[in-house]
Amino acid sequence: MKALAAAGAVAVLLALPLVLSGYAITIFILIFFYAYLAQAWNILGGYAGQLSAGHAAFVGIGGYTSALLFERGVTPWFGMFVGAALAAGLGAVIGYLGFRFGLRGFYFVLLTVAFAEICRILASNVEAVGGAIGLYITFTGDPRHFQFRDPRAYYYIALALMLLATGVAALLERRRLGIYLTAIREDETACEALGVDTFKYKMLAMVVSSFLTGLAGTFYAFQNFSLQPGAVFGIPLSVEILIRPIIGGAGTLLGPVLGSFILTPLAEVSRQYFGQGGLHGAHLVVYGVLLVAVVLFLPQGAYPFLRRLFQRGAA
Amino acid sequence: MAVGLTLIFGVMRVVNFAHGDMMVWGMYLAFVLATRAGVDPYLSFVVCAAALFGLGVVVQRGLVDRIVDAPHEMQILLMLGVALVLENVALLVFGPEPARVRSPLGQLTWELGPLYVDVARLVTFAVAIVLTLALWLFLFRTELGRLIRASADNHYGALVIGADVRRIYATAFGIGAACVGAAGALVSPILPFQPVTGLALSVTSFNIVIIGGMGSLVGAFIGGLLVSVAESLGAVFLRPSLKELFSFSLLIVILLFRPAGLFGKRQP
Repeated sequence: MKALAAAGAVAVLLALPLVLSGYAITIFILIFFYAYLAQAWNILGGYAGQLSAGHAAFVGIGGYTSALLFERGVTPWFGMFVGAALAAGLGAVIGYLGFRFGLRGFYFVLLTVAFAEICRILASNVEAVGGAIGLYITFTGDPRHFQFRDPRAYYYIALALMLLATGVAALLERRRLGIYLTAIREDETACEALGVDTFKYKMLAMVVSSFLTGLAGTFYAFQNFSLQPGAVFGIPLSVEILIRPIIGGAGTLLGPVLGSFILTPLAEVSRQYFGQGGLHGAHLVVYGVLLVAVVLFLPQGAYPFLRRLFQRGAA
Repeated sequence: MAVGLTLIFGVMRVVNFAHGDMMVWGMYLAFVLATRAGVDPYLSFVVCAAALFGLGVVVQRGLVDRIVDAPHEMQILLMLGVALVLENVALLVFGPEPARVRSPLGQLTWELGPLYVDVARLVTFAVAIVLTLALWLFLFRTELGRLIRASADNHYGALVIGADVRRIYATAFGIGAACVGAAGALVSPILPFQPVTGLALSVTSFNIVIIGGMGSLVGAFIGGLLVSVAESLGAVFLRPSLKELFSFSLLIVILLFRPAGLFGKRQP
């Protein structure tokens, strides 16, 4: 039943570009892209409960790496993995410092913010990586360069990314690792008392999460053809990344995806309508209100709430 | 500014991500008062403090109060939500252009021998010291101040002796916000500001508070000095745009080796 529903949903998403307009495709690309990021964040922030507000750093590193390699003639298809590996490297450093020194909760949040901000400041000051202006990618339209004339190609890649991350999360959930991570989130001290190597598992979650997030950087770079330090390393992107899983339901498999399906169209549409009237930031007000509402009324997120609702309806 | 944050955190262990945005609201209030009513920011900071006190009490009573016992993460997210709302409502109302309040004091300089001293900065500094002192006196010499510290120390203990902890929390949050409002108004003639400034201010004040030590007034003060000295030195020896690098690096080092800050007591 579950597998059938999943297969059906995927089939619909696969067929959608046949009927969608160009603008709708763009929105779907963003939905998948942010769902992917949300899912990657979810592995660390949701399952393991290690709140990171610096995930933008991994996007930035992934994007910058593959863009710089591309300038030197390395295809982004390879560069994306180099970028992701570097992002995972940074993730390992942050994780090692944060977990080894036992930073929890707010202190860990600050640590991730500090690292992301340092990345942003460095990227905007080192001229070799474009400085404050950032990097621009020459358009070739060549699929071998991760560039496509048809937006539908980006649509399918973004969809594949989202499914990949969800697959990884699903795999985690079934394995002992996922159970350990949830247990760490619920009560880390008890875990340690039971002999679980919490450091090792948190590190693993961090590395997987930052690797996946790093991959997204390449997609971002070669979809927008430009990288600005403020846009890819900044706190606003980190907020975009963490708000979706929180609203959808952190630590659940479909929560981040649901969060992206709720928030991304909302953000795009309000940006479209209010942005034209010169009213910027309206979508962020909506984010803020939603965030406050979810924390107060649905601390588990929207997905568990909906599931309960359906179960009650079915029973 | 950090003094306000340290009070809020010290008392309630609630991390106020909306801090910088509250400060920006203080600035805009001073701006509106100065442009519409012609009130000098060095006078209107009292009004700003009062208004922000109200905002602080409302946020505390309406939102934070409901989840004071929830995990820390939820509070961070809640305040992040409040910050988003405050910042972007400011953006909607005032627009993205940088604003600056003009004060007749802002143009004055005193010549002290070889030094030129900005009167505006001097006044701001003096008022900041007076406010910090007043806050210290309030916390350590009055009944309400003692109650605030007691609730910070031991929530249940304070309940047991019959303190109205909810009211105390609201007061503390309000005072914290009022400090920020006053600070916002006071720096508005010196520092041009725009809605997005809030985020940067929040981050800077976190730096200061963490470095100085959460919940310690002296620490917040020294932390503020340390961060500004580190940033100025960075600006002199390297590029000005790199100056934040120093405060963030300092932050990471402090986080790792002395998470309670230089002047904070270690919390279990």
